Formats: sequence, structure tokens, C-alpha cells
Amino acid sequence: MTAIPPIPTKLSEFLADFEALADRSERIEALIGISKRYRPVPADIASPPYSEANKVPACESQAYVWSLPDGSGNLTFHFAVLNPQGISAMALAVILEENVSGSPASAIAQIPSDIVYGIFGQELSMGKSMGLMAMVSMVRSAGERFASAALQRK
Amino acid sequence: MSEIEARGYAHSDALVSTAWVAEHLQDPGVRIIESNEDPLLYPSGHIPGAVEVDWVRDLNDPLRRDYLQREGFEALMSRIGATPQTKLVLYGDKNNWWSCYALWVFQLFGHKNVMVMDGGRLKWEKEGRPMVREVPAYAATKYGAPERDDSRIRAFRDDVMKHLDAKKPMVDVRSPEEFNGTRLHMEAYPNEGALRGGHIPGAANVPWARAIVPDNGTFKSAEALRAIYEGEKGLKPSDDVIAYCRIGERSSHTWFVLTYLLGYSKVRNYDGSWTEWGNLVGVPIEK
Repeated sequence: MTAIPPIPTKLSEFLADFEALADRSERIEALIGISKRYRPVPADIASPPYSEANKVPACESQAYVWSLPDGSGNLTFHFAVLNPQGISAMALAVILEENVSGSPASAIAQIPSDIVYGIFGQELSMGKSMGLMAMVSMVRSAGERFASAALQRK
Repeated sequence: MSEIEARGYAHSDALVSTAWVAEHLQDPGVRIIESNEDPLLYPSGHIPGAVEVDWVRDLNDPLRRDYLQREGFEALMSRIGATPQTKLVLYGDKNNWWSCYALWVFQLFGHKNVMVMDGGRLKWEKEGRPMVREVPAYAATKYGAPERDDSRIRAFRDDVMKHLDAKKPMVDVRSPEEFNGTRLHMEAYPNEGALRGGHIPGAANVPWARAIVPDNGTFKSAEALRAIYEGEKGLKPSDDVIAYCRIGERSSHTWFVLTYLLGYSKVRNYDGSWTEWGNLVGVPIEK
């Protein structure tokens, strides 16, 4: 029986720290601070208009995700959020870029979509939670794809 | 004649401009209310003096799938320092989608003096108008509200069944992909929270955002709106119309457009919407 690898360590630590923020306003302030570090995908990776293949389905903030393998089983992620009012999507892009990029594809493939609730709380609209969970799903799908391809090469 | 009046709406006083709001920031008879989908937007900056009304925490019953009751509405109005005479001006993200939703809920309690800031948060920001992070505190008021009246502007599934049997018009304001049911089949991505995809038979598909000028988030003119709802879809102001979407949020925007901007006399919002209809056993569905 093969052991299921854990999610990326850095993300796991981030989630543990973040979920310890019991006060809603403290959590919101932290997320606003994180969102200010958002930078769109570098121009040498992609430039507008971005490909539909990179677009996050169900995300009304018009988020895009790029996944790049480094040749040793790790993936780097870049994001773009076109809606200037999509602050939550920007915050999640920063969290994923800072805590998932550079991790093994096999670990990325284990990230559950519901980390969104651990980060943003339960009080999200269905549309907002769908969009944010779709961002995580797209990252996880990239991990699954690359991890599966690596297994087939072995 | 103001620019909004010149657009020919049936009830142009349901809208105020960003300039009007800027002139009434210190008006004690006006309470500016921001209502968004994104919970980070208001705390990141808002119109000076504006309070936040959050649709999850403030407008919904925390346990049942329903809206707040009279006591909850009175407490909400008291918290934001409003009386029945206060002019409530709503604005928010998503081209005022959420502010129209809040306005619809306010109307269940009959607060008449309520309007929407045309263009919403997007237009205010684009115009470079002031935004602050300070959350204002207003003295609590005593607000006496009537019991919630769902009969005029809210439709339940049995109402929809009767509407369907009578072949009366319905407007599905979701995207074409949701309307034709293909979105439920996208693998590996979240679905609509419904077991079946498609739409209520006979419903016309008019995505809610068609009522908006994309560049600045303002509402289209009455003529342009009539071209969509009447020219393309054959609705009439005298029609008994039910609008729906996924949970009744986007369709409250269309309810606002048909009721206030085009002057339709009987429009109801089916807030059970597709998350209810798409899970009901045995109801008819079209694709």
C-alpha cells in the first residue's frame, strides 16, 4: 500500500498559523495585507489576452493559473486576477504562490479545495467559494497531472 | 433633468449618481450602505461614512435557508443607525448585484426609502473618489418594522409550479452554460450544488449583467433594457414575472431592473432558484 503524501509543508504551516486566528477582523486584516503582495504573472510567462486554457472556471474574478514544472518533480505557479475588485482571489493567489510554488507535484495533488474555508472562513457566498475552490482545484489538477505523468515515466 | 432621469426609467428615483452620494456624505438623513460578495472589499476601503451589510451575516437566517425575521431586521437597522425615514443608499461590487439583493430583502420589510448608487463601487473607484478604512459608528436607533411580507416580491417553489402550469413568463438570469446545463458536466470543478442541470421549462435566458454598461457598471437606458427584455424576450410591463438564478442573488438584480427601471408591476424573485429546483424530485426540466 502506497502512503499518501502530505500537502506541501509550507502550506500546511501557513494553514495552521492562519486557522489559529480566531478573530474575524484579525483574519480579514491579514488577508488584505496578503492581497497587497499580489503581482500578476510575469510577462515572460504570459501576457494578456491570456489563454482560456489557463482561466479558472467558475471564478468571477477572472483568475488565471500557470503551472511550470522544474524538471525534478516540482511545480511553480503564477497567477493573474483581472478583476481589480477580486481581493479575495488576489489573496489566495499570493497564498498559493508563496506556499505551494516549488513543491513536489505529488504533494500539490493532495491539496483539498476546502482549504478555502480554513483561510476565508465559512461565511462565503456560494459563488465566491466556488471561484476560490476552483483556483485551488486548478492547482491541484496540475499537481495530479504532473505526478501521474512522472509515475508513468518510471 | 439629471443624466439618470434622461435614461427614461419608470422610477428614476430608485437610482442616485455617485456625484449625488458625494454631495450627501454628511447628510444625517442618508445612510450609505456597502454590500459585497467579496468580504475583504469593505474593510479594505469604502465610501466615507458607509456601513457594511453582509448578506451572509446580516440578511440570512443562520440556521434555516431563509432571510432574517422582523426582530433581526429591526436590530440591523438599529445597528446602522437608520429609522424608517432614513434614505438608504446601497452600493457594492459586481455591478451592484449584492446591493440589489440587499434592497430586495429590505423590501420584504417594506423600507420604501431605499435606492441604489448607479455604477456601484466600480464607478466610485474609477472616478477617483475618496475611500477610507475607518468603520463609522452611529448611535443606535429604535426601528419598528412590520412582519416580513413574502407575498409581493418573493416566489416559492409552489408558486413556480403554478406559474409553470399557467405558462406565465420566467426569466433565468444565469449564464447560458448554466441555463443549458453544460456547466454541471465540467469535470473536476465545482458544480452548481444541484443534481440536475438545465432550466425551468419555458424560462427565457437573460444573463443579469446584460442590464449593465460594462465600462462603468451603470444601468443601461430604459430603451436599451426594453430592447432586451421586451424586444428579444417578449415580456410586457403588465406581465406576472418570476426571475431566478442559483440562489436568488443575481435574479434580485433583474428584479430591480424590471420593477424599478422598467416599471413592471408584478415581478417576484424565486430565491430557492436552481439550487432548489435542480435538486427537487420529479419536477420538469429543460435543457
